[in-house]
Amino acid sequence: MRVQHPLARTLVTARTWPFLIDVGVATCAMAVFFAVISTGTYWLGKPIPVVPISHSIAALPAYAFYSIVRIAIAYLLSLVFAISYGYIAAYNPRVEAYMIAVLDILQSIPVLSFLPPVVLAMVALVPGHQMGIEMGVILLIFTGQVWNLAFSFYSSLKSIPKEMVEASRIYRYSAWQRFWQLEMPYATIGLVWNSIVSVAGGWFALIACEMFTMGDRNFQLPGLGSYLQTATVSGDIRAMVAGFAVVILIVVATDQVVWRPLIAWSDKFKFEQVESSERVVSPILEVLRRSNLSTLPGRLWSRFEEPLYQRMASTRDCRVVHPLDEETTRKKPSIGLWTLGGIAGVVVLWGASKAVLMLQTVTLAELGTLLEGAGATFLRVNASLLISAAWTVPVGVSIGFNPKLARIVQPVAQVMASVPATAFFPILLIGLVQIGGGLGVGSIALMLLGTQWYILFNVIAGAMSIPSDLREVSSLFHFTRWQRWTKLILPGIFPYLITGMVTASGGAWNASVFAEYSHVQDRTLQTIGLGAQIDAATDSGRFPILLLATIMISLMVVTMNRLVWRRLYRLAETRYKLEG
Amino acid sequence: MLRMLSGLSTPSAGEVYWHEKPIAGAEINVSIVFQSFALFPWLTVLENVEAPLQARGISPEERRTRSMRMLDTVGLDGFEAAYPKELSGGMKQRVGFARALVVEPEVLFLDEPFSALDVLTAENLRSELLELWANKTMPTKAVFLVTHNIEEAVLLADRIIVLGRNPGHIRTDFRVQIAQPRDRKSEPFTQLVDYIYKVLTRPDVTPAEAPDQQTGPKVRDQRQMHYQMLPHARPGGMAGLLELLLDKGGRDDIYRLADDLAFEIDDLLPIVDAAQLLGFLKIEEGDAAITETGTEFANSEILRQKELFREAAQTHVLLLRQIRRALEAKSDHTVPEDFFLDMLDEQFSEEECLRQMETAVAWGRYAEIFEFDAGRRRFVLPDAQDEELGASEEAE
Repeated sequence: MRVQHPLARTLVTARTWPFLIDVGVATCAMAVFFAVISTGTYWLGKPIPVVPISHSIAALPAYAFYSIVRIAIAYLLSLVFAISYGYIAAYNPRVEAYMIAVLDILQSIPVLSFLPPVVLAMVALVPGHQMGIEMGVILLIFTGQVWNLAFSFYSSLKSIPKEMVEASRIYRYSAWQRFWQLEMPYATIGLVWNSIVSVAGGWFALIACEMFTMGDRNFQLPGLGSYLQTATVSGDIRAMVAGFAVVILIVVATDQVVWRPLIAWSDKFKFEQVESSERVVSPILEVLRRSNLSTLPGRLWSRFEEPLYQRMASTRDCRVVHPLDEETTRKKPSIGLWTLGGIAGVVVLWGASKAVLMLQTVTLAELGTLLEGAGATFLRVNASLLISAAWTVPVGVSIGFNPKLARIVQPVAQVMASVPATAFFPILLIGLVQIGGGLGVGSIALMLLGTQWYILFNVIAGAMSIPSDLREVSSLFHFTRWQRWTKLILPGIFPYLITGMVTASGGAWNASVFAEYSHVQDRTLQTIGLGAQIDAATDSGRFPILLLATIMISLMVVTMNRLVWRRLYRLAETRYKLEG
Repeated sequence: MLRMLSGLSTPSAGEVYWHEKPIAGAEINVSIVFQSFALFPWLTVLENVEAPLQARGISPEERRTRSMRMLDTVGLDGFEAAYPKELSGGMKQRVGFARALVVEPEVLFLDEPFSALDVLTAENLRSELLELWANKTMPTKAVFLVTHNIEEAVLLADRIIVLGRNPGHIRTDFRVQIAQPRDRKSEPFTQLVDYIYKVLTRPDVTPAEAPDQQTGPKVRDQRQMHYQMLPHARPGGMAGLLELLLDKGGRDDIYRLADDLAFEIDDLLPIVDAAQLLGFLKIEEGDAAITETGTEFANSEILRQKELFREAAQTHVLLLRQIRRALEAKSDHTVPEDFFLDMLDEQFSEEECLRQMETAVAWGRYAEIFEFDAGRRRFVLPDAQDEELGASEEAE
């Protein structure tokens, strides 16, 4: 069900849910929002020491280290959470539909608009301590990373070939063995590629949220993001360039040291009957494989695992063959569960209604500006997508038709996609200020920075996947240039283009929150847009506007996903799939 | 059905029992061999076979020895470190069998295990399965095979149940009494295949009783005999093949033979066919097995070989027999080639006639059934030619 080259978020595409589930999820989300805000404002009494951020380049390594630690913690957390979430969703039919709906909606909400309330709540939990902000930021990156990982794992579990599952049942695998020998290996490739996207998104968010102002208070953490922002605010170009260089360095290093070896290694989990000729090579993996140390973890692991297997083999679970349709034949939930659900429902409803009441304070004029902003942001996001597509399609196709070039450009595009646009932005802003341009255009440029690489990567993959005999047919029959594009190239790359654009549009929406409003050299640059209003509301601590804007942005993203992207995706899966 | 019997799915009505206990709670010991192999691509062959034992909490050492032994049994020794994607379809299914058998199942379920393989490989695996079964190398008490291949069912099964659909029901259920090894060309076999075919193609008719399978072996009808197509092989090639086969214990897979000889299979097959035609070897499920005469032939020195070949050729090859008779019948013991070519004409193309004749001449000359005078294009009885030669000498 997935398109082959997977530098893209895994998206919920397969189902549509009853409207009621959506409403339920939205209600829950609003209740959570309210709960977070009210606890936050309630606890937020004590002052928090503000860590000063240094400009000196000597401080960079330490800052980079802090940021990397944050990303790593958030990533590990989201991996663990995603795997448990996907596992539960896949094996519990009763909650499956709800869990996937939650996933779909949460995936669509731009994380950055959650920044202030989340940080507030975390600060409230750990009052008077830097730890609160730290946790808030990590939680935020976590929410940005987790959903596509969770969905990737879930859909992998769901697409394990039936006979493999049957084999694991008939040979009476324990859940443990099934997990390590069937489910995890099968899901690995999807998880690796989604991790690349996720971590890129994590950097994007981290750099944006290590430092922000709310009302008259400054929240900042020592890190690359705050370094870059401080440098931007004070206009220290040397520091900015240095910071940016460090970001690029980290991204490239991550690609070489982590992702490439992982991709090469995960090749062995490819579910194929015949060995494919094309493989990713990673020198680092080769070195690791050759060293004697590489067998050490395996040996330690099996020492730990063996007693476990022996103990589990004697449990009932492993002595009986479990029917595949066991779950569906279970009995109805008990009364206790019903009452528990009922109470939870009432609490959620109460919270949601409070949140709605809070919205009442929004004046009509403010609503008008919000709507106007929504329109502007909507146009900007789509403009950036169109511009990206407009240049990447011809360029990507010509690169893809030239395999030698493609082999060089594709990894570069992959790395570029991982460079957080938010790190680029300060430089862009200074440039804008110099030439006196506004943010209206500037924000589109920022979104472009984030979006185009995903599309380029996927278009190249698409062009490479067009069979050469089809291309030969088109030259044999002397197709005109127009015919070549409409009959061969566009339909051929369509599924890939859509995959790239879906991922890109997610990124663009996320970027909008950050792009439309900025402080540069003691000035505030802003343009009309929802993102700007979210930021402005954060700055001034206007929660009702923040909430409403977030709702609107999520609504737009979800609607776009449902009405446009999902349909295009289905079309791509059914009509334009090149098979064989 | 197979899924229900193996406890993988719950029947909508009725119950499955395992040793008088409902299957859902019973500790059943069964295995399935899957159509798509269902091997774990990220595990090596050995790890794949070991995995079910691991699930049973067996210690690493014992796991290893048992798995290696099983891999030996299915003929995969040396492949234990390979990954399934490096193997051919037939070898993958061997791994599937090894994995299924390593747990020593009481019942072995086969879910169309041969249908994803090419014809020869499938045939080969079938015979190996029969062998394992016949030798009691596995502790399995019953094998349950699901197949769409009628011949496969008749070849392997002791009892056949034909299922109908909408709703699923049993169409017919009978025992197969033909003794193993079964000959696909014997009359009871073909009759049974026809019978099942009829049952399957006419779902609305209540099936008749299964045919009586007690009739004897197929009798050759002389009147219907035509010229068999002579495979274009040289006697020397046959001798070589038989000797090689004898070296290999008298039996080997044809494909492996071709591999060993670095022959294209198309080059080897005529030799095998020829040896089979002469009764020197038998083809059984993709294996060539040497016969008694074949063994004697391979072990003899050249004169005895010729003698054996002559006997075999005259018994089995109609054309050679006819040539010999014609030569003996004629007073001058010589017959023109054209005479036989005309007879062959009815059955073969012009080109093929010539090739048939060429082969017949090669065989006949080797076996000293006749001589062939290539200049005059005439067959000559060996002794007669000597006489002729003698006569001409005298004349000089």
